[in-house]
Amino acid sequence: MEDEHRLPIRSESDILTARQRGRELAAAVGFSGSDLTIVATAISEIARNIVEYAGRGEMVFTLVRDGQSRGIVVVARDEGPGIPDVNLAMQDGFSTRRSLGLGLPGARRLMDEFDVQSEAGRGTTVTMKKWTQSRSARVS
Amino acid sequence: MAIPILKLGDYLIASIQSALTDADLTRLQDDLARQVGDLRSRGVIVDVTAAEVMDSFTIRTLLDIAHVGKLRGADTVIVGLKPEVAFAMVQLGLRLDGVATGLDLEEGLAILGHVREPTDGG
Repeated sequence: MEDEHRLPIRSESDILTARQRGRELAAAVGFSGSDLTIVATAISEIARNIVEYAGRGEMVFTLVRDGQSRGIVVVARDEGPGIPDVNLAMQDGFSTRRSLGLGLPGARRLMDEFDVQSEAGRGTTVTMKKWTQSRSARVS
Repeated sequence: MAIPILKLGDYLIASIQSALTDADLTRLQDDLARQVGDLRSRGVIVDVTAAEVMDSFTIRTLLDIAHVGKLRGADTVIVGLKPEVAFAMVQLGLRLDGVATGLDLEEGLAILGHVREPTDGG
């Protein structure tokens, strides 16, 4: 059974709320230690992208189960300007704004699964997942 | 929420006690840059023991604090990075190159004392 939590992202303080909420949900589903920090950090990066580039959007956290493994799915959606070149945006060091240009590629390294859909003028959707067990352990 | 900055001799100590917004961090950066001049401080310690997450904006601000402090004549030490936070930073690709780090406040003070030793002895 899926458990879905929806958060509006409209301001800097929502970035904090999102990562704290994400951390709590990740803890509830069985993540611990550095994995909790990793999930919260990835959420922080992606939530900041919404605030910086789109101004507003939403994040949806879904707790999922796949066999023995449990996980958290984070979907970040906005209707902002979109990313003209997703491949370029996924490269390290690429950023049109402040921060260190680690937003998308950094978050991808933190999570197990990562996907970006973006259309210029229509918005961006980032979907990322983290599993409580590593992927190789889960598949076997 | 403003981060209190304590003065200890020639040093300033800022202790991050809760999750901070970008605005809080930017304010800390401004406050430290000003106080380093006002109080003629020679060292700054930023204690991040209570920080559960250090994302790219937080790290960028800490780097800026250290570099601005340096230009104002003060060395900066970042202390108290939790192991899990350090691990996430490495995976994210974040580095604190060129900035001194220490395990805790005590080590931070020792590092600043050491950095200042040659000038004190001269």
